[in-house]
This record gives sequence, structure tokens and C-alpha cells, in this order.
Amino acid sequence: MTRPPIPFGRMLSYIALIGGSLLMLMPFYWLISTSLKTLKNIYVYPVQWFPNPIRWQNYTELFAEVPVLLYTRNTLIITVFNVIGTVFSASLAGYSFARLRFRGRDLVFSILLATVMVPFAVTMIPLYVMFSKLGWVGTFLPLIVPPFLGAPVNTFMLRQFFRTIPMELEDAARIDGAGRPRIFLQIMLPLAKPALTVTTIQSVLWGWNSFLQPLIYLRKNRLWTLALGINSLGMFMPGVPDTTHFQMALATVMVLPPVILYFMAQRAFVQGIVLTGLKG
Amino acid sequence: MQASAVSGSPPRRRFWRRLNFEDTFFGWLFILPSVLGLLLVRLGPVFVSLGLSFTKYEIISSPKWVGLANYIKLPTDRLWLKSISVTLKYVVMAVPATLVTAYAIALVMNRDIKGISFYRTLWYLPTLVPTVASAAIWRWALNPEFGPINYPLKALGLPAPRWYADPKWAIPSLVFMSLWSLGNSTLIFLAALKGVPDVLYEAAEVDGASTLSKFRHITLPMTSSIIFYQMIMSIIGSFQIFAAAWIFYGLGGDTIGSAGPANAGLFYVLYLYRNAFGYFKNGYACAMAWALFLAIMLLTWLGFRSQRAWVYYETEGGGA
Repeated sequence: MTRPPIPFGRMLSYIALIGGSLLMLMPFYWLISTSLKTLKNIYVYPVQWFPNPIRWQNYTELFAEVPVLLYTRNTLIITVFNVIGTVFSASLAGYSFARLRFRGRDLVFSILLATVMVPFAVTMIPLYVMFSKLGWVGTFLPLIVPPFLGAPVNTFMLRQFFRTIPMELEDAARIDGAGRPRIFLQIMLPLAKPALTVTTIQSVLWGWNSFLQPLIYLRKNRLWTLALGINSLGMFMPGVPDTTHFQMALATVMVLPPVILYFMAQRAFVQGIVLTGLKG
Repeated sequence: MQASAVSGSPPRRRFWRRLNFEDTFFGWLFILPSVLGLLLVRLGPVFVSLGLSFTKYEIISSPKWVGLANYIKLPTDRLWLKSISVTLKYVVMAVPATLVTAYAIALVMNRDIKGISFYRTLWYLPTLVPTVASAAIWRWALNPEFGPINYPLKALGLPAPRWYADPKWAIPSLVFMSLWSLGNSTLIFLAALKGVPDVLYEAAEVDGASTLSKFRHITLPMTSSIIFYQMIMSIIGSFQIFAAAWIFYGLGGDTIGSAGPANAGLFYVLYLYRNAFGYFKNGYACAMAWALFLAIMLLTWLGFRSQRAWVYYETEGGGA
């Protein structure tokens, strides 16, 4: 379109694309193939490229030895509350910052946005102290309550989105006597569906992937998430000489849901990254 | 708001006053959760942390004021210095490497090639892998004896590094891993490249500009503000790397986090975590956190000062 087609350049592009694709996919292949090998075949030289025999039992043994379903359930609990909390606090605040006029609004908004720059390490210890005084350490609460108390990046994104919705829609409802809560729930929220989808995806990923906070708060095995489960596989397991096959099988289990979500909602994924990434 | 209230007729004025009260009430009500969060989990802890950094605090006993003692101790702590050098080494390698690679990938993805959207989807997949899983995969893939990366190197008689097991290679290994999941930066760069108006290229073609000079004089300046933003975010993120290092060097070996051979992977936040949750030196850890915070703020400020020299903004009317 913009450049005249140069056959040589085009060929180079294809070589780069195909070579790059192989590089990108290689770790996935290594992950899945290792998860299906016998321990003996994992540690062989030269490398065994195709698992022979294919050992599906790695997965059944993993589920027997490690409470994978419990970890999945825990991860899901954290993820679901994360989504609900983020959507709740970010959509309300986003609408308020975008459309309601009141004194102090812009000041609060800029302070809220500025806190994004604060490294987590700074607030980590006071938060831990606070949650331990509340008796929340060793429960999911330190991970699922904060999302209900605001999510600056998503608030910013939703504010930008609400600002693009025509004023007339709101004005018409107001003349009909609708109050702010009704306008928000019945007019603005349904219109903000694309932005809410983006918010949902981002909080799903956060809940699914987070490691440091679960590590700090979920000290008991029965509360562990999948990420903590992978971490724990580095520790000694009675009767299992090496856990590499389990590590790879559990990593496969953990990788699948985000990949499926991506294929289900690819457009919202891309939109979200571009929307929150271009704010500068 | 006030101007319209003055200029309006009496019934209209009442309408506005009611509206203003309504806006103020619901405005604050709707941001109430966020304001509570700002005070309790965002801004409040920042000040508490600053206060704690001047104390000795082991959680079981109450904080004891020690003045600047924690900050004075920092430069004499050899592990603190080690963690700084480890982290800086990573930032200096990873930030340029990831920015250049992501930009290059975006340039390829921006080409008008059949089936390019298939490749875009494919190349984004690694970014979906959770950090913990990604670190576990790479730790195993970089296994010096049985990994698929060293095998061809050895087979071809090339030097095969011992990666995470060698202090010299520990950081480059992690940089290597970070190059696998660049999907997000690539997408942002791609959006920026698509935002460059076609007319600029067309005009340059009329003038007979070469591909290289078009890139140098149109593409780069027109995307420099995004490059700048990505650079700042990448620096901030790289300073705080934790999960990847924790799994990559230790994989849960112990509760304070392994840091690889000779502490070659003792990243700043890893050492901070160790002080806080391993040794219960919470005052000291807070001082460490504030040192990090100040360093990041200083770098961000320097970045913003430097952008005048190399970042092009259309509103300024200058640049290329």
C-alpha cells in the first residue's frame, strides 16, 4: 500500500515470519512434549524431540499427587472477585469522573492516577501489617477486597470511554426525570459494554497470573493458587525423584485458560492493550 | 456552571441548582469506593511506609524510632549493593533489547502481507503465558545438559553457556526469556505505526526518498512519543521484576527465595521481600522500598527532561 512491493524484501519478510513463528512456538512444544515424557526420557542426551512413549499418566498422577482442582478453584475465586470488584469500582468512578461535575473531582482523579506510579514494594509492608491486624492473612480477603476499592488504570480507561458517549442520550433521560443512578445503570453501563469487556479480560488475567500477593497472604496449602502450585513443585515431594514432568503438566493446565479466552475475545484483548498502553 | 446559572431564567436556575447538588452527591457517592481505596490501600500505605522506614519494626513488637539509621546502613549492606548491580544490569540489558525487538516485530507485522493477521495471533500467544509458567518453562528449556537450546549448540560444537547456573549468564538468561513475551509492546507499537498518516510516505515517495530515509525521517519521529512512553513503562517494570526471578532461579526451593549461583539473580525486590518476610526487618525493607521509589521517580524525571531532545510531538510544530 504505502511502499512499492519489492519481491526480495517480501521474501525476507516471509523468512523472518516463519523463522520467528518457529522460535515463538518452540517453548510451547517443549512444554507440552516434556509434560508427556517419562522421567527417564526427560533426562536423556541427545534430546528426545518427540515423546516416546507418550505418557498421559503424568497428568493423572499430577492430579493425584497435587490438589490441582483445589488450586484451580482458589485461583477462580480470586479471579471472579477481582473481576466483580474492578468492574464495580472502576465503572462507577469512571462515570463520575467523566460526566458528573463537582468540586475536587479533577484533583481526586489526578491523585488516583498518580498512585499507579508507586511501586508495589512501597505499600507492600504497610498493607501486610494492616491485613494481619484485621486477621485477614491466611484468607482470600487481602486479594479480593482491594479491587472493590478502586482500580486506577481501568477507571481511567472507562472514564475516557464514557466521555465519548453523546451527551444527548443522558440529557434526554434527565428530562424524563431519571436520576443519576438510573442513568448510570440503564443507559451508560449497557453502552459501555466494549470497555467493560476489556476491563473484565484484564482483571481475569491479573487474578489468574498474580504471584507476589498470593505468595505473601496465602501461606496455607489449601488456599494456594495455580501459580503457587507451580512454585511449590520445586520443593521436595516424597516418592517423586524429580518434578519436571509435573511442572510442565501443571504449567500446561495454567496456560490453557488464558489462551482459550484470547481466542474467544481477541478483539477486546487487542483493544484493551492499545487503549491502556497509549494513554501517555 | 455558574455562568449558566446566572444567565438562566428563574425556573432554569432552580433546575441547575438541583442538578449541581445531585451531581455533587452522586459524584462523591460513585467515587466513594475509589476514595476509600485511595486512602486505605494506595496513598495511606505510602506514608505509613515512609514513617516505618525510620523505625526498627519486627511486627511482633511495636515500631521503634531509629531516625536515619536504616538509610545509613543501606550503602554498607553488601547484599543491597549486589541487588542494585543485579537489577541495574537487567534494566540496562532488558529495556533496550525488548524495545528494539518489539519495535522490529511491529514493523514486520505492519507490512502488507497476505496472512499477516495469522502471524500476529501466533506471535501474541507467548504473552498469554502466566509469568510463573513462563519462568518454569524457560528454566527447563535452558537446562545446560538436557535442554533443547544447548543441545544444537553442543551438536554444532558451539560454546553452550550454563545459563541460569552460571553467574555470568544468569541475567542474560532472564533477558532472553523476557524477549519471548513482547506481545503487548508489539501491539502498542503496531497501533502507533498504523497511526502514521499515509500522506507523509506518499509525499516522501514523490521526493524520491529511500525506504531507510523514510523510516529515519517519518516513521521514527512520528512514533517517538510512543517509544518514549514504552521506555518509561519498561524501565519502571524492569526495576520491580519479582515473580520471574523467583521462579527462574529458585522455583520454590525455600521461603525466602533463591537467587541463583553467587546471588547472581538477587533482584532488588527479591532482596526486599527476603528482608521483610524472611528476616522480619520491616523498617529496613521500607527504607529499601523508598530508595527504589526515589530512584524510579528520579529516572522518570530524567526521562521526561530528555524527551525534549528526541521525542517529537505534533503540537510543537518542530521535529523532523
